[in-house]
Amino acid sequence: MRYLPLTDAEREEMKKIIGIADVKELFSCLPSGQCHPPLDKLPGALSEPELVAAFRDFAGKNSFSGQLSFLGAGAYAHFIPEVVTYLSGKGEFLTPYTPYQPEVSQGSLQAIFEYQTMMAMLTGLDVVNASLYDGATAAAEAVLLAVRRSGRGRVLLASNLHPEYAAVIRTYVQNLPIELQTVAVAEGSGRVDEPDLRAKLDETVAAFIFQSPNFLGVVEDARAITAAVHERKSYAVQVVAEAMSLAYLATPGACGVDIAVGEAQSFGLPLGFGGPYLGFMAVREEFLRQMPGRLVGQTVDLDGKRGYVLTLSTREQHIKREKATSNICSNEAWCAMRAGMYLAVMGKHGLGRAARACHLNAAYFVSGAAGLKKIRVVYAKNFYNEVLIEVTKGTAAALTAALKKKGILAGVPLSWFDRGQKGRLLLAFSELHDRRAIDRLLAALGEKA
Amino acid sequence: MKALPKLMFELSREGKIGCGLNEADVPAAPAVDPALRRGDIADFPQLSEVEIVRHYMALAQLNYSVDAGFYPLGSCTMKYNPKINEKLAAADELQAHPYAPCDLVQGNLEIMARLDWWLCELTGLAGFTLSPAAGAHGEFTGMLVIRKYLQEKGDPRKVVLIPDSAHGTNPASAHFAGYEVREIPSNAQGIIGLEELRAHLTPDVAALMMTNPNTLGIFESNITAIAEALHANGSLLYMDGANLNALLGVVRPGDLGVDVMHLNLHKTFATPHGAGGPGSGPVGVAARLLPFLPVPRIVKNGDQFEVVTDDPRSIGRVKNFYGQFLVMVRALAYLMTLGRENVRRVAEDAVLNANYIRKKLEGKLDLPYATSTLHEVVFSDQGLAVKTLDIAKRLLDYGCHPFTIYFPLIVHGAMMIEPTETESKETLDEFIGIMETILREARENPDLLRQAPTRTPVRRLDETLAARKPVLKWSRGGDM
Repeated sequence: MRYLPLTDAEREEMKKIIGIADVKELFSCLPSGQCHPPLDKLPGALSEPELVAAFRDFAGKNSFSGQLSFLGAGAYAHFIPEVVTYLSGKGEFLTPYTPYQPEVSQGSLQAIFEYQTMMAMLTGLDVVNASLYDGATAAAEAVLLAVRRSGRGRVLLASNLHPEYAAVIRTYVQNLPIELQTVAVAEGSGRVDEPDLRAKLDETVAAFIFQSPNFLGVVEDARAITAAVHERKSYAVQVVAEAMSLAYLATPGACGVDIAVGEAQSFGLPLGFGGPYLGFMAVREEFLRQMPGRLVGQTVDLDGKRGYVLTLSTREQHIKREKATSNICSNEAWCAMRAGMYLAVMGKHGLGRAARACHLNAAYFVSGAAGLKKIRVVYAKNFYNEVLIEVTKGTAAALTAALKKKGILAGVPLSWFDRGQKGRLLLAFSELHDRRAIDRLLAALGEKA
Repeated sequence: MKALPKLMFELSREGKIGCGLNEADVPAAPAVDPALRRGDIADFPQLSEVEIVRHYMALAQLNYSVDAGFYPLGSCTMKYNPKINEKLAAADELQAHPYAPCDLVQGNLEIMARLDWWLCELTGLAGFTLSPAAGAHGEFTGMLVIRKYLQEKGDPRKVVLIPDSAHGTNPASAHFAGYEVREIPSNAQGIIGLEELRAHLTPDVAALMMTNPNTLGIFESNITAIAEALHANGSLLYMDGANLNALLGVVRPGDLGVDVMHLNLHKTFATPHGAGGPGSGPVGVAARLLPFLPVPRIVKNGDQFEVVTDDPRSIGRVKNFYGQFLVMVRALAYLMTLGRENVRRVAEDAVLNANYIRKKLEGKLDLPYATSTLHEVVFSDQGLAVKTLDIAKRLLDYGCHPFTIYFPLIVHGAMMIEPTETESKETLDEFIGIMETILREARENPDLLRQAPTRTPVRRLDETLAARKPVLKWSRGGDM
């Protein structure tokens, strides 16, 4: 077996040195009655060619590949430069352990430090961790951080937050003394209903969690929200499910947001059927010593040479145990390094170009959709890369099923999250689309079923 | 010593382009209020493609990795990461959008269902959730499942018992699930004694979290009696599967009375650690706890796989989408490669390797517990002229990654060594030889160790300075 380097002769020699006749003796401390369960139900070992063939069979049962996709809602297809795949796949980045031994981990540590820097530039905030599991769990960690820092027990959630993010937050707080309350959406704008927000804010509210661009595709007026939240000395927490928007829209920091959390899968990670992705958290400096997750900091070695280490670990579980700021240990470090590689390759100009293309392609769709009878665009301004549409007849699920037959995945029906939402569909656009692709979508939406 | 690579921001020059992306070709104008838009990203890097490749290649050379050498890291199971599994996980045909309609992703759903089946067979548990993103996330999920189950029986209870040798994630996870942590001391054999357990087993105990083999590498031989005592008290047995590598195919935790357990695909199932993640922490449960597992769940209806996204008895959703799917792909590929012929051999070789190291080093280092050990062995710094840290740092000079140090906390100056089954006898002998050299140096020239490492790209780093004056990002003019 190629993953087991010991030869039988070596096993014999080692047993002799240890002083046993049979390796089973090493397991004599186990309850003998339960030992050595029959394994005959397990399939036999596959050779490498057989394994490749078996996975070709799995792949053959997938049939999404040829489809023109407009799926988004928290996971986005973007262009990934080959350099990113090449560099991130190197064993020196893929197979090290957590860099607890900084003397032999400067590569990972510097790469993560550079990632932290670029994410700070993109969010306009002081400190970025590396990392959390995904956007949804990052949002849950932000709730816990805001409660810890404020000493207050109520948290308001915008009802146009990604439904899975809201669900994960509910799961995380279900046994903690934290009360969640939702804030309504103004139907006309698709944005947070400010009068409702103001009515629910008071001195017991730790934070308001809102998403921008929100789950309906609309960019929130984060400055207005932040101002209202700060009047009550609560924290404004912005969720960013599409990190690409950070390169196009006013930064959370510039809008006065205290904590920005979200999903950075868009930065060079493949769709991968939902993971592994990259949760990020960016905060104002005041939260630093209470934030969860790993941080890389700059320091010097004995000779005064610049170097990097994992730092502020007294916040973490291996030191503080049940008093830690989070239970997180393994995280998405490789994804953070890969995102750093992506951001470096895209650079200032390339990233700006990709981020702009996402929006312009969405805008082109919206202007083209104005003439269609079967659907209407629900929010035709202040969207970024996602557009919510409503079918004028029938259900969104029926529409997507019809378009699927034409080779188009026309978006995510909101009925996936809420059975009551029958008529609405969320479409995502990116730099991978072009005029021809969007024209094809528009034509398909214009045809009679 | 050579200077370290500059930061990419220091290499950046206005006007350089690293990517070959075209501008959008649509005739459209921005539809967002200018006030909601941002300007240029100040100081964002501008580098050519070749400079980026050279930058990261220079960084790569500063890293130790499993591909480069031996990691005797106790409780971390740093085994070799098979290359074919990387290629399989990168296949375009698997990179579906997580909201793609189920009929288009039957292959991906089958991969998840197959992995679930394998994990059930190996652990003797009734079903798994693949949602948790890492071991600690699995612990938290498992604790929520236990709590929901007890709540439905009428009382969630207050306390979770955790042995003093446990990983720090255990108490942290129990805490975030709303439980109070009560620590149980290990006995003289390094395990949980039945008397200690009974002394702590009050009616408000929800569960015991047990790592088995524990972090001393010792099998908790009272496990079946412990499970019986817990069950008689209406409490549950949670097993931290961090050390499952020792038991693979040898014993099934479900057969020993374990009710809930998490596994680490990035340890036992050979997926790469990536400098700290991504991991994956599936949680398996006994049949009576199945209804409480998180959503989504993959179910088979006729010959089609479907996804269940809501169930009122479930604890809810712990993660976006389906979990760390591409990690699952690698783990399944690993198991299919092992097959029934090799699963048990993994545990046997891992335990054989660890006992070989123990035998070779036991007269030379203090062994605080005489009890026999499985996949790892923990020595203490008793009788040494130098600190454990110094030995660890000297190992770096000999080109070997150190073992886990100062853990478990119950051993003074702990040195926790886990070789795994993927190391050759030559590698073990080399490591043993290096340790003998270092121990001789410790007696003859301890300063050599206190100064170590001297052959690495940087020497010991000032961690106090890093924490006291945190510099967590580069800024123009702010660099040292």
